[in-house]
Amino acid sequence: MNFEEYSGVWVFIEENEGNIAQVSLELLGAGRRLADKRGVDLCGVIIGNGVTLLSETVFEYGADVVYVYDQEIFTHYRTESFMKALLHCSEKYKPEIILYGATSTGKDLASAVATDLPTGLTADTTELDVEEDTGLLLASRPAFGGNIMATILCKKYRPQMATVRPKVMKALSPEPGRTGKLVEETIDVKEEDIRTKVLEIVKSTTKKVRIDEADIVVAGGKGLGNADGFQLIHQLAQALGGAVGASRDVVEAGWVEHPHQVGQTGVTVTPKIYFAIGISGAIQHLVGMKNSGLIIAINKDPDAAIFEASHYGIVGDAFEIVPLLIQEFSKAFAEEEVDHVREV
Amino acid sequence: MLHIVACIKQVPDTKIIKMNPKTNTMDRASAPAILNPYDAHAVEEAVRIKNRYGGTVSVLTMGPPPAVKAIKKCIEIGADEGYMISDRKFAGADTLATSYALTKAIDKIAKIQPVDLIICGKMTIDGDTGQVGPGIARRLDIPPLTSVKKVEEVNKDQGYVVVHRKIEDGHEVIQSSLPCLMSVEKEINEVPYSSFPNMLNAARYQPVIWSVDDLEDIDIKQLGLKGSPTIVAKVWAPPKPEGGTMFEGNPKEQVEQLLSVVLEKKELFHTKGGSE
Ligand SMILES: Cc1cc2nc3c(=O)[nH]c(=O)nc-3n(C[C@H](O)[C@H](O)[C@H](O)COP(=O)(O)OP(=O)(O)OC[C@H]3O[C@@H](n4cnc5c(N)ncnc54)[C@H](O)[C@@H]3O)c2cc1C
Ligand SMILES: Cc1cc2nc3c(=O)[nH]c(=O)nc-3n(C[C@H](O)[C@H](O)[C@H](O)COP(=O)(O)OP(=O)(O)OC[C@H]3O[C@@H](n4cnc5c(N)ncnc54)[C@H](O)[C@@H]3O)c2cc1C
Repeated sequence: MNFEEYSGVWVFIEENEGNIAQVSLELLGAGRRLADKRGVDLCGVIIGNGVTLLSETVFEYGADVVYVYDQEIFTHYRTESFMKALLHCSEKYKPEIILYGATSTGKDLASAVATDLPTGLTADTTELDVEEDTGLLLASRPAFGGNIMATILCKKYRPQMATVRPKVMKALSPEPGRTGKLVEETIDVKEEDIRTKVLEIVKSTTKKVRIDEADIVVAGGKGLGNADGFQLIHQLAQALGGAVGASRDVVEAGWVEHPHQVGQTGVTVTPKIYFAIGISGAIQHLVGMKNSGLIIAINKDPDAAIFEASHYGIVGDAFEIVPLLIQEFSKAFAEEEVDHVREV
Repeated sequence: MLHIVACIKQVPDTKIIKMNPKTNTMDRASAPAILNPYDAHAVEEAVRIKNRYGGTVSVLTMGPPPAVKAIKKCIEIGADEGYMISDRKFAGADTLATSYALTKAIDKIAKIQPVDLIICGKMTIDGDTGQVGPGIARRLDIPPLTSVKKVEEVNKDQGYVVVHRKIEDGHEVIQSSLPCLMSVEKEINEVPYSSFPNMLNAARYQPVIWSVDDLEDIDIKQLGLKGSPTIVAKVWAPPKPEGGTMFEGNPKEQVEQLLSVVLEKKELFHTKGGSE
């Protein structure tokens, strides 16, 4: 394998109903840094139906080149069709690195492409760097349930590939009007060649919970005792105008639904303020919230691991502290309104 | 009759594994080896499909000799046969080399009875990449179906399955030709306590064990560490967070101090909340 032939940092751009997934924009930010360090192009690959215009956004977020496969066969994501397009592109233009969001689509596609190329694939990366001269990708990831971090290398194959966790890398601020080179490609795949069909897409009917978008998350754990006790979390969240989060054990106990779960097998959140109440601070929970702006823990056990991960802590009984908090916050906000009225 | 192969792995229980603070390595002896929890759901789903349509469930693992215990656990859940490939030459495999070895073993199992469906867990709790399932599917050139949370229909006569695949904000209903491979989510089923007859079976059960030499058409260069494009270059303990300020005093005083810190960020309130 002649490594010289391989050049450029690529990002697979994930698209959903005409929108680019946030993680793809984050990867353009991360990819830009790698590409600059190497002095090579940053490229986006978009596959879909009616997606060519999205290239504008991809340029604004930092790409130099965008490859587009805009064909009807790509209306829905399917492993076999998308894989064929990406393999086609990779074999034709030979990138040194391809990054994917570690989403269900990104992981599915990357695993298939890695096997066919073949090449190495680092999973769920949280840190990315590149060696300037050799182009070796240094992809680091948590493993063993977050107990360790490992740096994974792929020395003998190109392209090097990694899936990257959402919410870890930072997107650049878009530069309006920034453009680049658009390369429109097509491949010859027929419907008969694809062995799966999407019969139906069913949107979840329950109200969409997006705790990953909230500025304030109030999360509760097993320390709340039972579903009734957990109501305190809802009340505090309401008083603060925040969203409700939970540990896995709480979700498993059925006190709250899975979309509220924070952590390795739940969502990753980075709110400005994160309250962890009656949560012990297991490593699998910490990986999902440790990048929050301000972390406040309330736990009756002074040795709870959560305190080590927090900026501020209160050792105490949630049933004593939280009602006081609700009361004080409600009072503080009420006073503010009064102030406001007076000013007017 | 359907023949379903569930792929399973024995893993250290990472929930209770301890780190050696001196060497920053995992003290594997501190954690019992268990059946990867996600794979219990894979086996359970295979058994449910068998109970619905008739057929045989085989489980397959690549691992060191003690992994027989994980196979026995699967027999308890209701699997019929267990296969294990075990050899020093498999050691150090990344997901590409793992899927290669497992595919060769599946080829051999298929000679005993053709395979219609392969079921994997969503991921393991040690390597936790989730890459092995799709890797096997590509090598066998069958469709990979990941994030499966419900199996609606398996129709061997007409050669298709219908499954629900979890996507962001809902699911998609997918039809795929058979044979295919699916990686299943944890929510697909609940694994009940094992029945007494199954436990008896499991206690007596001895799986079929193959070494590299028992597999056909195998390219040694694609196995184990040698066949792995990725290498683990460095392992370290995630930096321990420092810990911050603890508020002192009685609850009322503590709450007051906390309030003053939080209210400094007034601009955050009642602007962009969650959907709660
Ligand atoms: C593969 C894997 C994936 C996982 N994924 C996740 C994940 O995504 N998210 C997640 O959260 N967990 C996850 N876990 C589980 C994790 O290991 C912990 O078991 C879980 O986070 C513990 O939840 P908890 O803190 O609510 O409960 P506990 O650990 O039981 O802690 C309860 C805490 O409440 C405190 N407490 C008790 N009473 C009071 C009181 N009255 N007032 C104040 N404090 C009180 C106790 O001191 C204790 O610290 C995962 C585990 C594994 C193995
Ligand atoms: C710290 C560390 C980090 C690693 N990071 C990477 C990485 O980024 N990329 C990479 O390619 N490899 C990596 N590996 C290697 C990887 O863990 C091994 O290849 C492992 O054999 C399989 O991967 P997994 O545990 O992630 O399985 P997953 O892909 O998570 O497993 C999915 C499913 O495949 C089946 N399966 C997996 N393993 C077996 C088995 N041995 N026998 C039978 N069925 C099985 C099960 O059904 C399982 O539920 C890493 C290893 C370590 C120690």
